[in-house]
Amino acid sequence: MMSWLLTPVRRLLRPKGLQIVQGPQGDAQTRDRIILVMIGVVAVFSIIQLRLVYLANVDGSRGTIRQQGDLGLTAARPRILDRNGEVLALDIEVQSLFAEPRLIDNPDETYEALVTVLPDLDFDTTMRRLRSDLGFAWIKREITPRQQADILALGLPGIDFRPETKRHYPAGNAASHVLGHTNIDNRGIAGFEKHLDDTWLRELHASGFQIGSDLQPVQLALDLRVQHFVRKALAAAMERYRAIAAAGVVLDAHTGEIVAMSSLPDYNPNDPVDALKPDRLNRMSAGVYEMGSTFKTFTTAMALDSGKVDLRSKFDARKPIIIGRRPINDFHGKKRILSVPEVFIYSSNIGTAKMTEAVGIPAQQEFLTRIGLLSKMEGLELPEIATPQQPREWRKVHSITISFGHGVSTTPLQTAVAAAALVNGGKLIPPTLQPRGRSEADALAKQVMQRETSDIMRYLMRLNVLKGSGRRAEVPGFLVGGKTGTAEKVVNGRYSNEKRFNAFLAAFPVTDPRYVVLVILDEPKPEEGQRYATAGLNTAPVVGEIIERAAPLLGVEPDFRVRDTAILSSYRR
Amino acid sequence: MVSRARRSRLSEWWWTIDKPLLAAALLLLTCGLLLSLSASPSVTSRLKIDDTFYFVKRHAVFLIPTIIVLIGASFLTLRQVRRAALILLAGSVLVLLLLPVIGYSAKGATRWLAVGPLLLQPSEFLKPAFVVICAWLFAQSAPGSRLAHTLLCTALFGLCVTLLIIQPDFGQTVLIGVVWVALFFMAGMPWLLFTVLVGLGILGVGLAYLTIPHVTDRIDRFITGSGDNFQVDRGVEAITHGSWLGRGPGEGLVKYGLPDSHTDFIFSVAAEEYGIVAGMLIVAIFAFIVLRGLWHGLKEHDRFVQLSVSGLVLMFGLQALINICVNLRLVPAKGMTLPFLSYGGSSMLAIALGMGFVLALSRKRADSYRRRPGKADARIGPLSSVPAAA
Repeated sequence: MMSWLLTPVRRLLRPKGLQIVQGPQGDAQTRDRIILVMIGVVAVFSIIQLRLVYLANVDGSRGTIRQQGDLGLTAARPRILDRNGEVLALDIEVQSLFAEPRLIDNPDETYEALVTVLPDLDFDTTMRRLRSDLGFAWIKREITPRQQADILALGLPGIDFRPETKRHYPAGNAASHVLGHTNIDNRGIAGFEKHLDDTWLRELHASGFQIGSDLQPVQLALDLRVQHFVRKALAAAMERYRAIAAAGVVLDAHTGEIVAMSSLPDYNPNDPVDALKPDRLNRMSAGVYEMGSTFKTFTTAMALDSGKVDLRSKFDARKPIIIGRRPINDFHGKKRILSVPEVFIYSSNIGTAKMTEAVGIPAQQEFLTRIGLLSKMEGLELPEIATPQQPREWRKVHSITISFGHGVSTTPLQTAVAAAALVNGGKLIPPTLQPRGRSEADALAKQVMQRETSDIMRYLMRLNVLKGSGRRAEVPGFLVGGKTGTAEKVVNGRYSNEKRFNAFLAAFPVTDPRYVVLVILDEPKPEEGQRYATAGLNTAPVVGEIIERAAPLLGVEPDFRVRDTAILSSYRR
Repeated sequence: MVSRARRSRLSEWWWTIDKPLLAAALLLLTCGLLLSLSASPSVTSRLKIDDTFYFVKRHAVFLIPTIIVLIGASFLTLRQVRRAALILLAGSVLVLLLLPVIGYSAKGATRWLAVGPLLLQPSEFLKPAFVVICAWLFAQSAPGSRLAHTLLCTALFGLCVTLLIIQPDFGQTVLIGVVWVALFFMAGMPWLLFTVLVGLGILGVGLAYLTIPHVTDRIDRFITGSGDNFQVDRGVEAITHGSWLGRGPGEGLVKYGLPDSHTDFIFSVAAEEYGIVAGMLIVAIFAFIVLRGLWHGLKEHDRFVQLSVSGLVLMFGLQALINICVNLRLVPAKGMTLPFLSYGGSSMLAIALGMGFVLALSRKRADSYRRRPGKADARIGPLSSVPAAA
């Protein structure tokens, strides 16, 4: 049955099966076999020759260098100008050092030569790159012309330079948080620079338009001069009151343009080594805080706008409100029945809480949401924007504490934006970093309260500067109105008596407010010889200083004709 | 000069030697010296040897014994060739057997024998001797002797393969295996057996792949193209970098990245500096030597001469072929030198000996001129022109 398989094997195993044919037949057979072998040899050698011809037509010009290098080629970015055309950011050309490791015969020698010019060259990283089999490896980006000349003089093989664009910020730290910065490949990674990439620049780069430097400059609403004043005033205050941080914003009340915004400590965008330290965040838009008494401005406006309270309403502030274990008391306790203006200028917690009671919790929640304090800001050209925090469920205790600015955390910037609505006739205008006209702003604006409420608020804020806690913010002729806020910070889940968060929210001139100014100081300490570190003592004068210097530059004319006697005589009705 | 009239050993040699073959061999040796000028600087820079032309000088020194061996061997008569081969075979096998004890290990294999300052690779000397003896055994397998010679030859093959595999030296094993099968084939192996042996060969390669990690690794790298294919990729890169006409002598760049540029990758260095045209010329010279040798095999009537010349040139050509194919990334990397071009004392000497045997065997002899036996003189019967050594 297996014979079909076994027969050939058996034949093979027979002595004759393995027998080599000899004799003339054998000779002839051997010749035939040799001819077969020759054919095989010719075939195999032909294959080799063909392979050589094929390889000759492969592009062996080591073009990998260009390909790999292009990946690192940096992208052109538009200039960024301030509202007056001052340059805030521009591209400059620098040389970067790269190696072609496969051309480098002796990496140790190359490293030793390079380190004479660039002493901070890391040994391990550099040697790894030099020893690699790559066609292209960066050694050091963005070197100085002097270093370039010295390296050229070394005459090292396999070492070369390529021009790169580097972002430069002539104003240095001044507007670091607004502008943000770029990474080594000139891609925006923070601030307005990142916004540029996110909105259109990255797509432009991706589509291959990397090199052209004819990009249209981008203008900001920022005024570099005002920006400087704000930053200087904040820096001085931070030092004077030993605060851990300070921040401020100057906002156009009618257009929502951010004219100046600064947050200290900041960093140098030309060398953004500090940018990622946790204390370098932009506190204006990316930090959330319990704003404290400045919130009473919104509570008062809410009460007035609801129609349930008017300027003549009176609130009993004689006894503290007891909710749970903690009594709600007044800091500047008057222990009597207060009118609405008195509640405002004495910053009465009791009075404000009672005002809120009159309105009710749902209306309070609705109003604060309406003026944009409880939801994340949208439309601002910055990626660093924090989301406000509020209690999951508003109980009575929440309602009372929120009325004077505790229990809700929001960003200082949106507080300033909401304040703008309080003084500009009730229009909530989303903030912007880019120039915007009034008509354009009006198209975006949302009427969030009655005009009359806004008018009363201007009066109350002015009154507070003339008579209340904001006296140190007064600048003669510029009619400043404002509200202080001294919040206790939460430390380990409890309100601390030691650590404060101070704010001053101002608008000027109150007759027709043009600008809203908000300054915050984080954990200010009492000045030498002073017992207190309240907002009226430290943030109010900073605002006054900013207004005094910035107002003339912003085209606000001082007006000394307005008499404040009428305001002063009216509040105790 | 050498006259036909005055017969001497020299004049006899001069008039009977295959001059084109000798010229081709000497041409290759000259090319080898020339190429060592290109390869030496890259190797010395890698090995941190101060003298840039260290390997050129050593190459030149090695050339002297090489040429002496080449010419000297070509003076041998058939009988002397056989005797020399027999002694050499016995000696190599003995040394190979003792190699695990007295050998010198490098690169994961015990292949070398340290003789004074020299490292000799006995397997290199085994190869030509093995081919000559096998050819003789096949030629002697006369009808009367039954299977004795063929079986003896097979046993010898088995012994040599075993000795090479324990080193391990997979490349040489393949080389010897293929040449042995080719010899057997030319000697008149039945087609059926040929098919079976080719099958066994493929099976053997498969087994080696599955069982010997070293081989598995090499072949895997070749097939997947991943891992450390560094040398092979660089070889091809050097060749494409040179393109048709080359970068010019001394202008090669990729050669600096080739660790074995003076031995296994001399062909790539040649192509980078002298161009693919030069590479094709080298391939053509090798092809010429192989075909010239086979042509002798075709022409000769002595079976032993037919088989030994064919076998020796086939082995020569096959070794060149494997080396060039590695350079061209046609087969997986294996350590095999390019005959006459690569640096390396023992390989050069052994190749010279093999080529010297070829020259000796292919010399014109009286019986070389016999008419080709046709049907008419079939009755003359087998002629074993040379008495057996035994």
